Amino acid sequence: MIDIVPPAFIFLIGALILPIIKHRKVQQAFALMLPVIAFIDLIHMPYGNYWEYNFLGFDLSLGKVDELSMLFAYAFVIISFIGIVYAIHIKECGQHVAAYLYGGSALGVVFAGDLFTLFVFWEIMAVSSVFLVWYQKTKSALEAGFRYILVHLTGGTFLLAGIVIHVTTTGSTELVRFDIHELSAKLILIGFLVNAAVPPLHAWLSDAYPEGTITGSVFMTVFTTKSAVYVLARSFPGVELLVWLGAIMALYGVTYTVIENDIRRLLAYHIISQVGYMVCGVGLGSELAINGASAHAVTNILYKTVLFMGAGAVIHVTGQRKITELYGNNLYKKMPVTLILYMIAAFSISAVPLFNGFISKNMVMAAVGELNRPVIDLMLHLASVGTFLSLSLKLPRGIWFGSQKGPAKITDAKEPPVNMLLAMGLGCLLCFLTGIYPKLLFDLLPYPVQYHPFEAGKVVAIIQLFLLTSAAFWIYIDKLGGEAAISLDTDWFYRNFGRALLRFCNEPLNQIRLQMQTLSSQKMAFLSRLSQNPYVPLEILWHLVQGKTLPFKDSIKRTYSPHTYQLPIGVGIGMSLVFFLIYGLVYLWLA
Amino acid sequence: MLKKLRFILYGAIAITGVLGFAFPYKHPHFWWQKIPVFDAIFGFIGCIILIFFSKWLGHRWLMKDEHYYD
Repeated sequence: MIDIVPPAFIFLIGALILPIIKHRKVQQAFALMLPVIAFIDLIHMPYGNYWEYNFLGFDLSLGKVDELSMLFAYAFVIISFIGIVYAIHIKECGQHVAAYLYGGSALGVVFAGDLFTLFVFWEIMAVSSVFLVWYQKTKSALEAGFRYILVHLTGGTFLLAGIVIHVTTTGSTELVRFDIHELSAKLILIGFLVNAAVPPLHAWLSDAYPEGTITGSVFMTVFTTKSAVYVLARSFPGVELLVWLGAIMALYGVTYTVIENDIRRLLAYHIISQVGYMVCGVGLGSELAINGASAHAVTNILYKTVLFMGAGAVIHVTGQRKITELYGNNLYKKMPVTLILYMIAAFSISAVPLFNGFISKNMVMAAVGELNRPVIDLMLHLASVGTFLSLSLKLPRGIWFGSQKGPAKITDAKEPPVNMLLAMGLGCLLCFLTGIYPKLLFDLLPYPVQYHPFEAGKVVAIIQLFLLTSAAFWIYIDKLGGEAAISLDTDWFYRNFGRALLRFCNEPLNQIRLQMQTLSSQKMAFLSRLSQNPYVPLEILWHLVQGKTLPFKDSIKRTYSPHTYQLPIGVGIGMSLVFFLIYGLVYLWLA
Repeated sequence: MLKKLRFILYGAIAITGVLGFAFPYKHPHFWWQKIPVFDAIFGFIGCIILIFFSKWLGHRWLMKDEHYYD
C-alpha cells in the first residue's frame, strides 16, 4: 500500500552504510541526511497497523502507528538531527554508527506492535548505547559501561521472562494494556522501570551518563528513558504505584542535585527527577495526565539535550567536569553564547513562562489537581523548586561565574565549535517556539487538548515561587558551591557485591582450588609411580592375600629397572626354546 | 552591582506579591491555591528545606571521598 519504510530501518541501515563511505564530507552529509529522510518518512506514515510479518508462527508487527507513537517518533527524529549536528565534528565514524543504531532501535520500540519486536529493539538499544560510553576510552568509562550494560541486560531478562509468561498464558503477542495483577505484567513492568530509571533501579543512569562521550551522552539523555515512558504510557496507564514512584523520583533526583559536584552527573539526576513527572502522569492515567506526560517527554527531550550540550561544551573546551574546578574562572566572559543558550534550556526545564517546560509540567500538575491528589501536588511542587534552584541558579553560578583570588586556573577557554552552538541554538529555538505557541505540541498529543496554559494566576504563582527560591538561594549561597566529593547511590550495592564476589573468588574459592589441586596431584603422582613398576601392584595383592600390612612406602621407593629381569627371563625363554627344539627333533626321529 | 540586583529582587517579590492578590487561581483544586502568596512562601521554605535536607543527608551518608571506589 505504501512505499514508505519503517523509520527504524532508515537509521539502522544508514548506520551500516556510514562506515563504508570513505570520503569524510560525503559521510557527514549522509549522517545529516538520515534524520531528514526519516522525518519525511514519518510525515507520509498514516495511522494504523502495518508491516506485519510472521515469525515462528507468531504474527509480529513493525508498524503500530497512532498519535502516541507518532509523537515520540517525531521527537526522536528531530533530536537525532540536532544531536548529529552537535556531533558532526567527531572523526570516529563508530560513534555515529552507535548513535544511529541506538536511535533506530528506539524508533523500533515506539512503533513495535508486538512484544517480540519490542524486546529485540529494546536489547539493540542497550547494546548500541553502551558504546557511546565506551568511546570515551577512559578506565572509569569502561567500568561504568560494563555496569550499565549489566543492569540493562538484567532488566531485559525480566522483560523477556514477563513476555514469555504472557505469551504462553494468553497466546497473544500483541502489545496491549496489561493487568498489573498478573505475574507476567509485574515482570514486564520491572523491565520497563529499569529503563525509566525509577529508584532504586536508576543508578545506571547517573553512573554512566556523566562518563559517556561529550556527544554520545546527548543521545543517551533522549532515547532510553523516553522510550520507557512511551511503553509505560501504552501498557500501564492508571497504575497507582506509578503515581507514587513518579513523585518520589522527582524529589529523589533534586535531592542529589543539591550535593552533586560533577556537572553532567548533576544533570543526570535531573533526568531522573523530570522522568518522575512523566511516570507520575502515566500513573494518574486520565486523558489530561497522559497528554501531560507525553508532552513533558517531548519538551524534556528538547531542553535536556541542550543542557547536556551546554555542559558538554564546557567540558570540551576546558577539560574540566567539576564545579570545584570550574567555579571562579569567570567563564561567562569567554563563553557568553554557551551560557545564554544553556540558560534558555535551564528556564525551560524550570518551567519559566514562555518556555516549553511551563506548558508541559503544568499539564501534569493540572491533572494532579483535577484528580485531587494533594500530597502528590506538594511533592511535585517541591521538585519544581529544586529544579529551579540547581539548574537555573546553582549550576550556572558554579560553571560560569565566581572570581577567585590568584591567577585563573582555566586560561584558554573559548566558545565551542560552531556546529555545537548551532545544535544548541536549534534546540533552544524549539524550546521557545513550543513555549510561546504550544499548539505546535498540542496538535500532536494523543488526546484532544482543552488546556489553557497561560492563566494569569498560574503565571504569577510560578514567578513568586522562583523569586523566593532565588531569595533563599541568595541567603544560603555559600552552602551551594561545589564540594569535592562523590555521592553514593544504589549502585553502591552492586558495586560492592561485585567486589565482594571478586574477593570471594580470589581468596577463599581460590584457596579451595589450590588445595584440591595439590591433593589431586599428590594422588596422581602416587598412581603414576605405582604404575611405573609392574611388580608393585602384584606385591600389594600378594600382601593383601596373606593379610600382611602393605609395604607401600618401600615398594614405591624401589624403582623399577627392566634390566634387572632381562637375563633370568631371557634364559628361561631360551631354555624352553632349546627344549622344544630337542623335543621336535626326537619326535620326528621316532615317527 | 550586587546591591542593585538585591533591590530588583525585593521589588520583583513585592510586585508579584501584589499581583498574587490581583490574579487568583481560576480553578483552585486545593485550599492552598486560594492563598495569594502561597507559592512565594512555599518557594522560600521549600528551598531552605531542600538545601538543608540534602546537605545533611550528603554529609551524614552519601558524600564520600572522590577515590572512594578506587
